[in-house]
Amino acid sequence: MLNIKGLKVDLEEEDKQILKGVDLEVGAGQVHAIMGPNGSGKSTLSYVLSGRDGYEVKEGSATLDGEDLLDMDPEERAAAGLFLAFQYPVEIPGVGNMTFLRTAYNAQRKARGEPEASAAEFLKLVREKAKDLKIDADMLKRPVNVGFSGGEKKRNEILQMAVLEPKMCILDETDSGLDVDAMKLVAEGVNALRSEGRSFLVITHYQRLLNHITPDVVHIMSEGRIIKTGGPELALEVEENGYGNILGETA
Amino acid sequence: MALTKPKQEMTDARLAEITLPEGGRWAREAREAALGRLRAMGLPHGRDEYWRFTRPDSLNEATPRPAAVFDAGETEIFSERETIHVTFVDGVFAPEESDTLEGTGLEIVRLAEAMASDIHWAKDVYGKLETRGHDPVDRPFAALNSATATDGVVIRVTGKADRPLRISYQHRNETSDAVLHNLVWLEPGAELTLLENGPAAARFNHVMEVEVADGATFHHVRAQGRDHERRCISHLYARLGEGSTFKSFTLTANGALTRNEAVLWLEGEGGTAHIAGASMGDGGGFHDDDTIFVTHDAEGCESRQVFKKVLRNGATGVFQGKILVKPGAQKTDGYQISQSLLLDGDSQFLAKPELEIYADDVACSHGSTSGAIDETALYYLRSRGIAKEEATDLLTLSFVAEALEEIEDESIAEEIRTRLEGWLARRRG
Ligand SMILES: Nc1ncnc2c1ncn2[C@@H]1O[C@H](COP(=O)(O)OP(=O)(O)O)[C@@H](O)[C@H]1O
Ligand SMILES: [Mg+2]
Repeated sequence: MLNIKGLKVDLEEEDKQILKGVDLEVGAGQVHAIMGPNGSGKSTLSYVLSGRDGYEVKEGSATLDGEDLLDMDPEERAAAGLFLAFQYPVEIPGVGNMTFLRTAYNAQRKARGEPEASAAEFLKLVREKAKDLKIDADMLKRPVNVGFSGGEKKRNEILQMAVLEPKMCILDETDSGLDVDAMKLVAEGVNALRSEGRSFLVITHYQRLLNHITPDVVHIMSEGRIIKTGGPELALEVEENGYGNILGETA
Repeated sequence: MALTKPKQEMTDARLAEITLPEGGRWAREAREAALGRLRAMGLPHGRDEYWRFTRPDSLNEATPRPAAVFDAGETEIFSERETIHVTFVDGVFAPEESDTLEGTGLEIVRLAEAMASDIHWAKDVYGKLETRGHDPVDRPFAALNSATATDGVVIRVTGKADRPLRISYQHRNETSDAVLHNLVWLEPGAELTLLENGPAAARFNHVMEVEVADGATFHHVRAQGRDHERRCISHLYARLGEGSTFKSFTLTANGALTRNEAVLWLEGEGGTAHIAGASMGDGGGFHDDDTIFVTHDAEGCESRQVFKKVLRNGATGVFQGKILVKPGAQKTDGYQISQSLLLDGDSQFLAKPELEIYADDVACSHGSTSGAIDETALYYLRSRGIAKEEATDLLTLSFVAEALEEIEDESIAEEIRTRLEGWLARRRG
């Protein structure tokens, strides 16, 4: 599914390397987690994969089912099946959440040569998915993320994911700022989407989300590199001992 | 104060070419008085402080510069609404394209008709607010209008009008020069929605004086025409009584020159005056100026000015807005925001926001910003699969939204929004 090889990335503005050679392979249907201290480059990796400006890829490659991601515009990556649930979802005043969802959904379908959904069909589709995430009609009507609480914003990200049905989902700290109930809702949303053809890369600072979304593989990232890879037990180790031991081991 | 020499010469030259229209006695007197005001203040000059950002030359010239008629190829805005419809073509009343001038809750008569009679209540309103509005700044084009206006609509609202009144100003002749003057008198508790649309002429000088009596409500939505070379100078005056409401929104798209002045006086306790606008300018030929003056002269009134300008390919937007709070106008709530979205580096926004406050217990705020499309928001939309151009349009609509929210009637706001979408989509090709 997702294949990252020797990825080295600099900031465009300053001469500073953030990712210093990342190798990662997420197979179809798998859930991988990336953990690591703040500032280790987790968000940067998600931005580079989804095509945010401001980064310069120096070396390496990233492909989605063999297609070169780094060569595509962000919207092309989305149409190819990549989705990033943002650590900080963006507020867009004056654009209704529903309008936004439908525009995105139809844009992707159009890009893939599929027929666009009618307003009525789409409404039905969204209502069902929104219900599972306890997103009410009011949240669908309001401008995108404007006046949403932290938890509402994160649930809204998962709603977009559920509606757009990407094959490669990246979640950047979707658990941060959530209380236990909201986190459960989010985890259920993610688990409901798990399938053979869909993979997840779950970025998190803490282990607690991984109690609800069980990963197949856990990676530890530090200073722009993946320094250790293991099973779910690696997350528990971080939970118990912090990052100190692991960082020490590999230093 | 004596006029400067260039100003005097220009004014004399222009006035020499003016013959006042025929009319009844009161009209003759009103026109001569207006001409006298104009002679004393002179026509605007490029060096006048109030005309620092907008060149008045093309408005001063004796004959207008020609403007091609633009066929939008779509249904006219507001035309599918249930309204009382009045049409002027190149400034001339067109009865065959107008409804009968009558409706529940209001009396309508053409200004030309009111001015032809020797006695008409319009006499007590015509030019009155225009006259007051020269303090503290002269507005010579409004005086010119009062002196030379040939027609317009005189409306007296006695109750709740059951339908909006719609005035459409058609432009069909490439060299037409229209001077129209409307009077609106809302009696206590009366309510009216007035819709206006269209470019009117190659050059349009438009004045509207609105008296909003105690407890009356006036909603005004205007869509100025899209002809690329049209020029317009408009003055909107309103005096608000106790507990009355005045809300006006203007959509300006295209046009070589638009200068919309609004002068509002809140004179009764608890009045509400909102004035808003969205303008869309594409190309170096676009120049759009909103010049607003709101005076709070009573306690507990609220005023809002919300202006949004989308500028691209060298377009220019201007905003001059002032809130004056007079002594004793305690508990004033005044708000003013003017913002431009510059879609490229060639366009410019010139703003002069001002507050002048002589009362101590007031809450007034103002802000003015100029910015480009938010890159983070653009990336967010694109990451959801929305192509860059479409995402840019969505963010442009998002930018304008705050001004559209000022429109009370949601279906009218929606109609304006649809027009904006169309304007953007045509530019996407
Ligand atoms: N646009 C940027 N400008 C300056 N520094 C940045 C920028 N983006 C990321 N960085 C730096 O890159 C490093 C990695 O950041 P980030 O990817 O956000 O880490 P994480 O998500 O793991 O906390 C940090 O040192 C951060 O300060
Ligand atoms: Mg991060």
